[in-house]
Amino acid sequence: MLRRWSVMLPVLIFFVLVGFFYWRIVMMERGDMPNMIPSAMIDKPAPEFDLPPLLLEKAGLKTADLQGQVTLVNFFASWCIPCRVEHPLLTQLAGRVRLVGIVYKDKPEDARAWLSRLGDPYKALAQDRDGRVGIDFGVYGVPESYLIGKDGRIRFKQVGPFTPEDISNKLVPLLAELQK
Amino acid sequence: MIAETGQFALILALLVALVQGTIPMIGAARGDRAWMDLARPAAFAQFALVALAFAALTTCYVTSDFSVLNVVQNSHTDKPMIYKISGVWGNHEGSMLLWVFILAIYGMAVAAAGGNLPPALRARALAVQALIAVGFILFILTTSNPFTRIDPAPFNGNGLNPLLQDPGLAFHPPFLYLGYVGFSMAFSFAIAALIEGRVDAAWARWVRPWTLVAWCSLTLGIGLGSWWAYYTLGWGGWWYWDPVENASFMPWLAGTALLHSSIVVEKRDTLKAWSILLAIVAFSLSLLGTFLVRSGVLTSVHSFASDPARGVFVLGLLVLVTGGSLTLFAFRANQLKGGGLFAPLSREGSLLLNNVLMSTAAGTVLLGTLYPLFADALNLGKVSVGPPFFNAVFLPLMVPMVVTMGIGPLLQWKRGDLAGALGRLKLAFIAALLVAVGTWLVAGGSSGPLWAAGGLAIAAWLFVGTLVELAARIRLGRGPLGDALERLGQLPRSAWGMTITHASLAMVIVGITGSTAWKSEHIQVMRPGETVNVAGYEVTLQGTEDNIRGPNYSALRATFIARKGGDLVAVMKPEKRMYTQPPRPTTDAAIHTNLLGDLYVVIGDPDGSGGFVTRLYYNPLVPWIFMGAVFMVIGGLVSLTDRRYRVGAPLRTARAAAAAARG
Repeated sequence: MLRRWSVMLPVLIFFVLVGFFYWRIVMMERGDMPNMIPSAMIDKPAPEFDLPPLLLEKAGLKTADLQGQVTLVNFFASWCIPCRVEHPLLTQLAGRVRLVGIVYKDKPEDARAWLSRLGDPYKALAQDRDGRVGIDFGVYGVPESYLIGKDGRIRFKQVGPFTPEDISNKLVPLLAELQK
Repeated sequence: MIAETGQFALILALLVALVQGTIPMIGAARGDRAWMDLARPAAFAQFALVALAFAALTTCYVTSDFSVLNVVQNSHTDKPMIYKISGVWGNHEGSMLLWVFILAIYGMAVAAAGGNLPPALRARALAVQALIAVGFILFILTTSNPFTRIDPAPFNGNGLNPLLQDPGLAFHPPFLYLGYVGFSMAFSFAIAALIEGRVDAAWARWVRPWTLVAWCSLTLGIGLGSWWAYYTLGWGGWWYWDPVENASFMPWLAGTALLHSSIVVEKRDTLKAWSILLAIVAFSLSLLGTFLVRSGVLTSVHSFASDPARGVFVLGLLVLVTGGSLTLFAFRANQLKGGGLFAPLSREGSLLLNNVLMSTAAGTVLLGTLYPLFADALNLGKVSVGPPFFNAVFLPLMVPMVVTMGIGPLLQWKRGDLAGALGRLKLAFIAALLVAVGTWLVAGGSSGPLWAAGGLAIAAWLFVGTLVELAARIRLGRGPLGDALERLGQLPRSAWGMTITHASLAMVIVGITGSTAWKSEHIQVMRPGETVNVAGYEVTLQGTEDNIRGPNYSALRATFIARKGGDLVAVMKPEKRMYTQPPRPTTDAAIHTNLLGDLYVVIGDPDGSGGFVTRLYYNPLVPWIFMGAVFMVIGGLVSLTDRRYRVGAPLRTARAAAAAARG
């Protein structure tokens, strides 16, 4: 009798595993990838900061600037190859949302050269040379972007470069809701 | 035109596989010889067609036919020829085609070499092979077609990930797949045996060579992968317990267990249900590995383009193959009555213990690999399981196993004499003790942790124990030396195989212990002319050259001079490469080995004021890991040439009888 049941065990264990795998795939189809790490900052107010401008003609950025309208804060650097991939998408996005940039751990002259070569879609540009503000936001690699609501609270975090799918599936619906 | 030929051949192969998967199976059930015999020509036809498809894709790569999407995405005209060819399997679609190609090679090999198999068993095994092929060819044709055209064709391709442009990695996937897919043979024979309801010594003897081929290939594949990681990733590490590495390691553990349990089936006609289960599990774990890598359900450094739609398909295949076979097993396993009884302390008992430990190890790796998924699903948060977990659970399983490996071969079948075996192992015990004490004295309490002494001791135990077993087998010292040497010459190849593989494992253990315990690592900024001391070597950065041109990269090359006591040991030239297509940096470490340890030098980024970040490592005994793996494969191959696989069973019995009459 024991033997009869023990031979059933492998197939039972297997189907439990399949259940987990299927759940994961269904979640992935809904856009929840296993490498996504939920940000501790979601729905919290943006951290306190006041950063100097990168360019003479364009303002820097401080916490108070994030109040009143929906803002996308993009952390980037000239040394970061994925940022370059993301750049044209951000340029397109600039018409839909107030886009501001924080240059992360980068030399100002490198960042300026990078922007003059690729174009500057940002409404404001600040430099975070030692990465302090990045730490407060919870940045652990560039590019990373934070969507901030009118109330100054972080509503969404993009880890890594935006893809066209991310923008149409996640960012655009959220923007429509927040900009209401 | 060539791409269309390939696709057409693949569709034909699918149809042939459908016929091969059904007609012989029905024939075997009805006892219709003509229907059963259809399996052999069908297996040859399937091989020819899949080979044609594979050749077509290879041609597209070699000629850089950029009207084929797959070539555009993974190749480039500047790429050296070897990487154009390895690019065929350096991507998802092509690697699946390679998978099916290897499956067809095995099918053909059974059809060609299986002349002495009972017709029904052969027909059923080939039919099961064909059904697996149906699933995978359908997968390729519906979700991952490598022959899709692109219009208009671009002028050049995107290139292959530069990390993959490496000789070690060019041949890593084919060997890995020879291993994964090779377990399909044991699987097919297991299913055929379950359908027939009969497993006997002859069955075990037919299955064993296929399992050995698969095991050797997988060992080589894993070894190559580990070696590649060691010299290209620039960290000096050789195993990361990454999900994809684990995916290859689990079938290896299950396959090793199967190799050992099939010995018991062959010699003692018992452990049958268990061996069948292991055959199913080994192949299922191979499929599971494919699923984990392709579906993206786990995060891994080895990112194949993952796609949920493909994941669903492979999961479906997994349910059919594994779910179906385990269900069949649940219904039929009770019919497989074991013959020989044995005491716990016996050769069988020790092999069973080996099996239990190996399977537990495989289960533990599976649990650790999938735990992040379970935790996520059960809302326990996002976790990652790293080396500390695996090292903590793996070690306690491996220690008793290696201890048993010393004793087991010295025990008799049925009922062993433990005291006698331990008595013979006195020498091994003394060796282990000496090594432990010696290590402790030489390395000192400070730099050499206690467990390193234990690790080396256990390796000595295994190595000397294996030699003791060999000596006992030829009755060395109990009679004239000449007789013993004559017996040495007459030892069956399978006995040599065991001796070599077990001794190689001792070598691997030495390598793992040494590299973990005494690795030294120096990370600093160096200016040209500066010297750093690494494990007794004086390593001087002599200079750097920028803009070295390779075929498809430009590199920063540094020249280091390594001296020991003032004498020149090596000139080492590590590079930091920037590939042009796709633009991606890689590090190319320079390694100087004296077989006892590696001096490992990596050049990093300039600090902007004339200095460079450099990472210098001394990795003691790492070469032993890779040499041990190679010797293990050699041991497996020696065992594969054993006479009993070449000669039919009756002949062997006659020879054994003759030998008995003589002795």
